[in-house]
Amino acid sequence: MQGNEACVEGAIAAGMRFFAGYPITPSTEIAEACSVRLPQVGGHFIQMEDELASMAAVIGASAAGAKAMTATSGPGFSLKQENIGYACIAELPCVIVDVQRCGPSTGLATAPAQGDYQQARWGTHGDHPVIALSPSSVSETYTLIIRAFNLAEKYRTPVIFLTDEIVAHMREGIEIPDPESLEICDRRVAGNDGAYKFAYRVPEGQIVPGWKPFGEGERYNITGLFHDYSGFPTNSNAMAQEEGSRLLDKINNNLADIIQVDEYKMEGAEFAVVCFGGTARAAAFAVDAARELGIRAGMWRPVTVWPFPEKELEEKLSGLKGIIMVEHNYGQMLREVSRVAAGRVKVEFIGCIDGTIIEPVRILDKLREVHENAK
Amino acid sequence: MKNRYEMRFSGSGGQGVILASVIFAEAAIISGINAVQSQSYGPEARGGMCKAETIISRDSIDFSKPICPGFLLALTQKALDKFLPETRENAVIVADASLNIPENAGNKKLVLLPILKTAGEDIGKAFTANIVAVGAINSLLGLFDRETLTEAVKRHVPPGSEALNEKALQAGYELVDRQMAESCRVYIV
Repeated sequence: MQGNEACVEGAIAAGMRFFAGYPITPSTEIAEACSVRLPQVGGHFIQMEDELASMAAVIGASAAGAKAMTATSGPGFSLKQENIGYACIAELPCVIVDVQRCGPSTGLATAPAQGDYQQARWGTHGDHPVIALSPSSVSETYTLIIRAFNLAEKYRTPVIFLTDEIVAHMREGIEIPDPESLEICDRRVAGNDGAYKFAYRVPEGQIVPGWKPFGEGERYNITGLFHDYSGFPTNSNAMAQEEGSRLLDKINNNLADIIQVDEYKMEGAEFAVVCFGGTARAAAFAVDAARELGIRAGMWRPVTVWPFPEKELEEKLSGLKGIIMVEHNYGQMLREVSRVAAGRVKVEFIGCIDGTIIEPVRILDKLREVHENAK
Repeated sequence: MKNRYEMRFSGSGGQGVILASVIFAEAAIISGINAVQSQSYGPEARGGMCKAETIISRDSIDFSKPICPGFLLALTQKALDKFLPETRENAVIVADASLNIPENAGNKKLVLLPILKTAGEDIGKAFTANIVAVGAINSLLGLFDRETLTEAVKRHVPPGSEALNEKALQAGYELVDRQMAESCRVYIV
């Protein structure tokens, strides 16, 4: 199965029943597969006129209660940013798949890259919460997209699924988990707890306000403006403070639940290769080769790429003599890693923006070099 | 180092080299062997250099691209010239018979087969060249049994075209004689 197909199958298993998008390489197979699969499961697929409209349609579907997704690549991801901010403040869960490709603008349309990492964090304006996940295999694409929906519903926030051409266009065998074994999280519906008087007030003991189908029952408003508990716009500075900080806190206070890191041979490792997404394939290969040469190397890979797993990296630093950051960009996650490791562990960098894939030998050579220098 | 058999399929966009590569990956999966398949191509839908790669292994497969392919299919001169030097020593290279063998080809097993001609003239459909190639390659390398390959092809061709593709597959098999095949056998250990 191809990475993009696994993305669709996983999303459907998670309960996705609405997709709106505008096809773009290397994400096109996602729209294609949704157009076939969604009608089969009673869902809806719409090819919209552009990326802005598809993001808007996804927000509307979410307001109406559907688990909704869109998929795009860099140029389209830029266009979706404004409406992603709307979904953040209106707290409408949805999943935005960005299959990263090479370059700014149209770039190298069919070539791999990971240059949207910082955009995933800061692409839309204003202080806003972000959860972004990045898979490194076809199997993980399947399971992680389910997690993306679960987190979106639980925290009522857009989740960015930051994959890349390497994984999205790769085909490999996967074992589809038994649907019974999957943990599926649906949004908490207000009214069950009797707290639905105000659509945007968080009941005692809850992380987010409960949701009620828009247009049914009680009247409330959805807006991109800072709003009061009933959802109507307000100019109150106190309300802006309360709501703005609540949006950030619902993520920041639950990092242990949201953050996921994958480790490979990190036990006793002196040198950590840090990477995310498809880059992990070359990194794992290089780690194996280095271990055969007697270099104690391991791989440390954020699966949750935003929020960046600071505490988790922090905990690894004491045993390390060196870190090699490997990513298909000019040093975007490097900023985060360097900030955490500053003054404690030296961070080397391998990047790539020419549309090729970083080969294991480049990583192995760097590992040999840092190993030699550390003697 | 983990054992991996790396195959590269190259030609011009539209010749179906990606599908050929997918079929080998599918055959591996059917046989219970791991496979990773990927490709790279330009922005145009037809024409332009296209390559696809399949890695087959009984171990888990990390890096998804070939390090040094042991097999190459080349359907255009450009592809042959570019990718031949990247194959490993003793690699099996299947090139269309219309192509010129580059000088300093090195120590490789070069097999020239009339793939494009067989598809265009014998089968009568030029677009079956990839399936002719699949048959010829498997006959040469002996990777998978015939039924497995037929099933892999069936899973990836449009419904209604099974008979045509089976004919192309068989024609590919027949391009390879036993003597040729004996020196090219590959065993996935």
